[in-house]
Amino acid sequence: MSRALPFALIAASVTAVCASLWLGPVALDVFARDQATHTIVWDIRFPRALTAWLVGAALGLSGAALQGLLRNPLADSGVLGLSGFAALGAVLAFAFGLAVLAPLGAVLFALAAAALVATLGWRARGAASLALIGVGLSSFAGGLIALALNLAPNPGALADLVNWTLGSVEGRSLNDAALALALLVVGAVLILFAARGLQALTLGEEAAAAIGADLARTRTLVVLGAAACTGGATAVAGIIGFVGVAVPHLVRMASSHDPARILIPSALAGGTMLVIADIAVRLTPTDTELKLGVAAALIGGPVFALIAARLASRRGEA
Amino acid sequence: MSALLSLTGLGVSLAGKRVLADVGFDVNRGEVVAILGANGAGKTTVLRASLGLLRRDTGEVSLGGADPSRLSARERALRAAYLPQRPQAIWPISVEALVALGRFAHGAAPERLSPRDQAAVDAAIVACSLQPLRTQSMEKISGGEKARAHLARTLAQQASLLVLDEPDAGLDPAQSLALADILRAHAAQGGGVLITTHDVALAARAAHRIMIMKDGRVVATGTPAEAITDEALATAYGRKGTLQTIEGKMLVVFD
Repeated sequence: MSRALPFALIAASVTAVCASLWLGPVALDVFARDQATHTIVWDIRFPRALTAWLVGAALGLSGAALQGLLRNPLADSGVLGLSGFAALGAVLAFAFGLAVLAPLGAVLFALAAAALVATLGWRARGAASLALIGVGLSSFAGGLIALALNLAPNPGALADLVNWTLGSVEGRSLNDAALALALLVVGAVLILFAARGLQALTLGEEAAAAIGADLARTRTLVVLGAAACTGGATAVAGIIGFVGVAVPHLVRMASSHDPARILIPSALAGGTMLVIADIAVRLTPTDTELKLGVAAALIGGPVFALIAARLASRRGEA
Repeated sequence: MSALLSLTGLGVSLAGKRVLADVGFDVNRGEVVAILGANGAGKTTVLRASLGLLRRDTGEVSLGGADPSRLSARERALRAAYLPQRPQAIWPISVEALVALGRFAHGAAPERLSPRDQAAVDAAIVACSLQPLRTQSMEKISGGEKARAHLARTLAQQASLLVLDEPDAGLDPAQSLALADILRAHAAQGGGVLITTHDVALAARAAHRIMIMKDGRVVATGTPAEAITDEALATAYGRKGTLQTIEGKMLVVFD
């Protein structure tokens, strides 16, 4: 099962992307020759589906890597504060009327958060301290976003900011997909170099070092890789929560608990899940289209609580 | 012959408090050395300082001829295998995958073992009688079985020196005796072993040399018969006790 899983997930990814070309408010014949259909399928739906897949893959991969690093199945880009900072970067660009720089802001702020976490976390030593530093940064970013919303100069700007924090892949172009892809590739390379270190961390920090793992290297690679993935995802889609928490959990149930072996399946499953979620969002008959980030939170929030409850009962915690 | 591990005049402070003072000893090839002492006597600190995991104030540590704090994690792992107190398996991987992590420093990933790595893993699993549990999840086995799986991980590392912090925790009497045999066998094959334990009789049985610690200092050292004196027991544990020999087997009786 666990060897076949990546192939099954690749097939699922392709199927989901194809389905999203066909499905929507209006079901279209993907192979129709008329210009209108061609435009809708290839210029609107395809870039959107591709972006959704890349964002989901980036969030799933960074979630799996951060969980391995922190040895905590509830960790993801949100916990380390990377998502919050990425969104802050984008929001600041909006607030200063430089919407074109929003993607750049998201990426740079995610990297800044990562560098900060890596530096403070290195001195603090230990996964718990690192997570707490992330929580602090995340809350700080949340506060600054709220401040930007509070001080938004006009209703139009406020709407832009709110849209960004809700998370969506509506109307995304191939340029957006290219940005997400480039950062996903960079992040994936960094994270895959840390895979063996994550495996070693199964034994806890001290024993991982004792079997020969270079923990400083592992930590740096994961934090930078997760920053690249999260920065790219947030830059094109805004904040989409819980994918990074839920997906690695599902992959573990379906295959292996080995933190190295869930990395690639988590990316593939994250992509598939977000494409399916986006199809669901488009098919939901609401007057205003449901935001993908809202749908992810509505499904992901309870899943998060369930994982936490199961974990607590397994460990006999109150 | 150079010692596998050599400590001289070791002093360590933790959070500004002196926890070790003037600790010195060697672990040679063919030798099992056990550290005894009450909780908080500094046993674990000695092990961690031996591996260069703690900053020391004074003294020298030589792990196979090198200062361990200057070695890379991998070089250190090839010289010494360390079993921390309360070892963890955070993700419920299989017993076999856990043992295979012992091959990390040899460049092996648990899912891709060379024949040599596989042979080391198999030997460790057999030595710790884990054959029936190979594919079991670490989450689903008993405390004693977990302890044996972690011990097997350190054996699979094939380092000359084993540094084991209370490896007998959670073991039943028969398993403790089996542990003593495993440690003796490692020494007989030219390796060295440094353990801490609260089981004085186990230490007397397994170790060639004993060190008894009290408040960060060594208060007695020597062969089990030399070190485990009534005075040393009283000093270390604050209880009157005596080492007795029955049919060549040593045991300790406390009042």
